[in-house]
Amino acid sequence: MTKQNANWSPYDNNGGTCVAIAGADYCVIAADTRMSTGYSILTRDYSKICKLADKCVMASSGFQADVKALQKQLAARHLIYQHQHNKQVSCPAMAQLLSNTLYYKRFFPYYSFNVLGGLDNEGKGCVYTYDAVGSYERVGYSSQGSGSTLIMPFLDNQLKSPSPLLLPAQDAVTPLSESEAVDLVKTCFASATERDIYTGDKLEIVVLNKEGLHREYMELRKD
Amino acid sequence: MAADMGGSYGSTLRYKTVDRLKPVGKHSLLGASGEISDFQEILRYLDELILYDNMWDDGNSLGPKEVHNYLTRVMYNRRNKFDPLWNSLVLGGVKKGQKYLGMVSMIGVNFEDNHVATGFGNHLARPILRDEWHENLSFEDGVKLLEKCMRVLLYRDRSAVNKLQIAKITEEGVTISQPYSLKTFWGFSAFENPTVGAEGSW
Repeated sequence: MTKQNANWSPYDNNGGTCVAIAGADYCVIAADTRMSTGYSILTRDYSKICKLADKCVMASSGFQADVKALQKQLAARHLIYQHQHNKQVSCPAMAQLLSNTLYYKRFFPYYSFNVLGGLDNEGKGCVYTYDAVGSYERVGYSSQGSGSTLIMPFLDNQLKSPSPLLLPAQDAVTPLSESEAVDLVKTCFASATERDIYTGDKLEIVVLNKEGLHREYMELRKD
Repeated sequence: MAADMGGSYGSTLRYKTVDRLKPVGKHSLLGASGEISDFQEILRYLDELILYDNMWDDGNSLGPKEVHNYLTRVMYNRRNKFDPLWNSLVLGGVKKGQKYLGMVSMIGVNFEDNHVATGFGNHLARPILRDEWHENLSFEDGVKLLEKCMRVLLYRDRSAVNKLQIAKITEEGVTISQPYSLKTFWGFSAFENPTVGAEGSW
């Protein structure tokens, strides 16, 4: 058969920005709720944050259809895990699963940029940051998506994580209190919204701590 | 839900009576733009889906949410095969007092919102809808708002034709209007010589 649809792309960039910050006993995961294509806004109220397990939350930007497929895949795998082990998957285990799931599609990737936040087995905050094909790293804080170029250097400046090359290895969690971290996230997004057209409308913040999961929202610029 | 009835072959207006609005099952209404034959294929899939669901004969039926989700999977599955169904789909409906309105694109991007539009509608109609839509819109005001949007699209989208249908879906079922035309006025001075004073334009 002859080749068809030469000028067609299976991908789209629907924009969006994700941030996660880990503290000693909490984790803050945030993302805006705008979904765009090109210069158009498709909707102002689309959640990019997905709860994968009791202590594990993923925020994803990039191509919405791929993100949705990825979330479904992880939810299905987590359901099987629950049936086999009768417990929730831990955040570090889910982090490895996410990496493997992304790499499984290495040659037709999920066009999704994720940060995974949660509490590890000791109850300490953890953040994992990914690229689209599954390389990942545990860090103290991270940003992904269209506004990451604006937010990441600001977080570096404010939080100054210890070099991962230091020996003995130093803890990467941030020294901030929970409310300071939430305020920092709000500032990040308020700033990113000014210059990034793919970030805006509303900010969704999820806070994980020993009490459980708590959600809050903040309005962002709508232009 | 409103749609015009033109079908193009490139820039030739080839078909003048295309039904873009179709009922799906008892609770849903589907609107489509894009490839007409791909839309007809989608309608065949949906007919089969509704038929096989009916054959259970258990008194349950698929609602708009389920149909929308099905369409989402069909569209995304075909893009994964690098053989997309070349459509933008809008799915609305009411079931058990729950209103529903969603969209799917040809590569599987999907979402719900209080108002949606396909193609040029995203650029020209949605800004109007964002300004004027509100939660307690009556049916009559809804029709007026849709006609306002369709009129703007008729003026500015050259492939739109002045023959449209409006469909309504309630708990009682779907009614699709007979085709009708909007009153237009082409004598606006802005239409007469649009490039006057625009340096470097034709």
